Amino acid sequence: MTEAEFHVFRGDAKGGSLKPYKIQVEEGMVVLDAIHHIQAKDAPDLAVRWNCKAAKCGSCSAEVNGKPSLMCKTRLDSLPLEQPVVVKPIRSFPIIKDLVTDVSWNYEVNKKIAPFTPKKDAPWRWMQEDIDRVQEFRKCIECFLCQNVCHVIREHGVKSGFGGPRFFVRVAGLEMHPMDDADRTGVLKDELGIGYCNITKCCTEVCPEDIHITDNAIIPLKERVVDEHYDPLRKVFKLLTGKK
Amino acid sequence: MNAARFETHDFDVLVIGAGGAGLRAAIEASAAGARTGVVCKSLLGKAHTVMAEGGVAAALAHVDPKDSWKVHFRDTMLGGKQLNHWRMAQLHAQEAPDRVRELEHWGAVFDRTQDGRILQRNFGGHSAPRLAHVGDRTGLEMIRTLQDHGVHQGFEVFMEVTVSRLLVEGGRVVGAFAYRRENGRFIVFRAKSVVLACGGVGKAFRITSNSWEYTGDGHALAYEAGAELIDMEFVQFHPTGMVWPPGVMGILVTEAVRGEGGMLRNSKGERFMEKYDPKRMELSTRDMVARAIYTEVKEGRGSPHGGAFLDISHKPGDWVKKKLPSMYHQFMELADVDITKGPMEVGPTTHYIMGGVRVEPDTGASTVPGLYAAGETSGGMHGANRLGGNSLSDLLVFGRRAGLGAAEHAKSRSAQATIDPAQIESAERAMLVPFERTDGPSPYDIHARLQDSMQSLVGIFRVEEDLAAAIREIGRLKQEAERVRVLGSREFNPGWHLAIDLKAMLTVSEAIARSAQLRKESRGGHARLDFPKTEPEFGTKNTVVKKDGEAMAVGQSPLPEMPAELRAIVDAELEAVKV
Repeated sequence: MTEAEFHVFRGDAKGGSLKPYKIQVEEGMVVLDAIHHIQAKDAPDLAVRWNCKAAKCGSCSAEVNGKPSLMCKTRLDSLPLEQPVVVKPIRSFPIIKDLVTDVSWNYEVNKKIAPFTPKKDAPWRWMQEDIDRVQEFRKCIECFLCQNVCHVIREHGVKSGFGGPRFFVRVAGLEMHPMDDADRTGVLKDELGIGYCNITKCCTEVCPEDIHITDNAIIPLKERVVDEHYDPLRKVFKLLTGKK
Repeated sequence: MNAARFETHDFDVLVIGAGGAGLRAAIEASAAGARTGVVCKSLLGKAHTVMAEGGVAAALAHVDPKDSWKVHFRDTMLGGKQLNHWRMAQLHAQEAPDRVRELEHWGAVFDRTQDGRILQRNFGGHSAPRLAHVGDRTGLEMIRTLQDHGVHQGFEVFMEVTVSRLLVEGGRVVGAFAYRRENGRFIVFRAKSVVLACGGVGKAFRITSNSWEYTGDGHALAYEAGAELIDMEFVQFHPTGMVWPPGVMGILVTEAVRGEGGMLRNSKGERFMEKYDPKRMELSTRDMVARAIYTEVKEGRGSPHGGAFLDISHKPGDWVKKKLPSMYHQFMELADVDITKGPMEVGPTTHYIMGGVRVEPDTGASTVPGLYAAGETSGGMHGANRLGGNSLSDLLVFGRRAGLGAAEHAKSRSAQATIDPAQIESAERAMLVPFERTDGPSPYDIHARLQDSMQSLVGIFRVEEDLAAAIREIGRLKQEAERVRVLGSREFNPGWHLAIDLKAMLTVSEAIARSAQLRKESRGGHARLDFPKTEPEFGTKNTVVKKDGEAMAVGQSPLPEMPAELRAIVDAELEAVKV
């Protein structure tokens, strides 16, 4: 059995530093296992969020050797153990303690999005191929890794008037639902600020559910916003007919 | 009351837990006009419901037109070895289809049949394809639907808040004492009704599919408040958890693998279910399949890491990835196994507790006024063994009913009760005293010892001397837990949280072991090596646990008698019901 060294961020909003810990490596071990070993042995108050330990709940997001990851999915045998494994909290949200950050902003953004609004007299029948795309978006486990790496949030610190990739995916799942009747393009443009996104695809790269965030959600939504709000012909048509 | 010292909130209905049952209860209570608060240990949308995979059982009859509530009712009663509360099983079977359709109207996107309706799949013990599903991530779909619908219903959510004690005045539950994980500050909730929807207690066992949240809080809170718990000996060991590598041991492998045609084999390549349940084979009930795998391993026919082989690789690879996407990724990423090319290794894992708070089926009311329970925290619905898929439907049917029951009860109470300050001070003391000790055991060590004892002594097969040993060990651990020492500050301190959760786990573990000791027979999820037969006399009795002073009283009460027309359904041949 080999030994590995972990450098884990310990601290809170006031500041902190990396603290070294040693753990015994077991076969198939993931970073979250290592964190639990450290808790049980050396640091009982080490703060970390986790739930399912199977990449289904999206709680244990962190930056492992600088890479935004789910700790429950990051195997130690995928890391260079000859050097310390550095575990830090995700960077784009305020630190509460150690590996735990304040992600409450995301829950506030979600409230701005009109919920599923079925058409009147909807037949409630649709084909599987009509919903394959919607189901892709609904795989999201809300780990917020996409929010964490989004340039608008990470580099520019923009949170007011912006929604971030997670909520573009959520809106896409609603807008492309065959039975939904609400129009969220106004919210997308004004409150979720989809125009800020410059399609660098960082969100897509970190998504543990392999959702094609940029290509399948953001770009089609940007097109809808342009069609709805910047297309002069459509504007005239809407004025004349009163249709959306 | 020292209102100034604590953050205080008043609600008509306080729901503890935000999984499927808690959210459904909160939605209904709000809709009934009750001012509603929801408390959850984790962030919203992370509760254990998210881990449910295979589907939600409801007799929609989309795939098999002969399916009906009667067939579902019969399957549920037979799966539960007829220890279920007949009224719960009836309401569940009758109302589940509406609850599923309602979810669809709130935005859930289930997989479809060829003609565009909700698709249903086979599952163990169900005599028709009955589980509405979304690949193998049905629980995520359900919780996200309830969450996204719920945030517009006007109830207030307290995330990362844990209730440590229910407040009781004059034999009535009137509120709850809680702490915020983030800063360790306390909250006093005053409420006319409280709904417990806290899930189960898998974390008391070493090998479990459950998350850290599953520490029996709801069962223990109800017990401490004087409510009755029933049938606590019935713990479900899911037949298929991962067995390798060590870090992922216990993580769930959905029954949908078998529902979609997966086969179980031992090291000799034999489909061993032929010996245990030749008719239903892999789609036998969970109690049977778990014992079969355990027996194969025990008798030397296990896989290299002490499990059985579960194989779906005879199906086309792309089809497997579409039907079981998260299983594909789970095994690929965590165990280096490609399930489209070869078998998985699986073994039993502690998954669910059938026992729980005794409730009135129609309203979810417990035996203590003002206190309600739903979902895994309640007992009676599943009898001695739960069928797969019946949990998600249980959450919806009885979450709704408990929310309604609690809201109705709140209307009958004109004002919030006055709470004795001494009660709150005592709750506060209990939280803080572990910090003041200069010496004492670590909560992590006590927890590990409890898990080892429950795993080895109160597991799949039980015997008197093991149960007695477990009860003695739990007694010792309870004493040690009284001296537990917590290091660090009150800010997001998992060691402290565990020290508090431990108390609930120990109480519930004792209830399980003592109930198991009393039931001298084998039935469903409870198998005794020293009493291997199912005894008719035990088939008419619920086991009852209740707090008696500082001691735990365990007794029996007669099973509610089933009306003749329902008895006829249960006793009839399947072909006579499925018409």
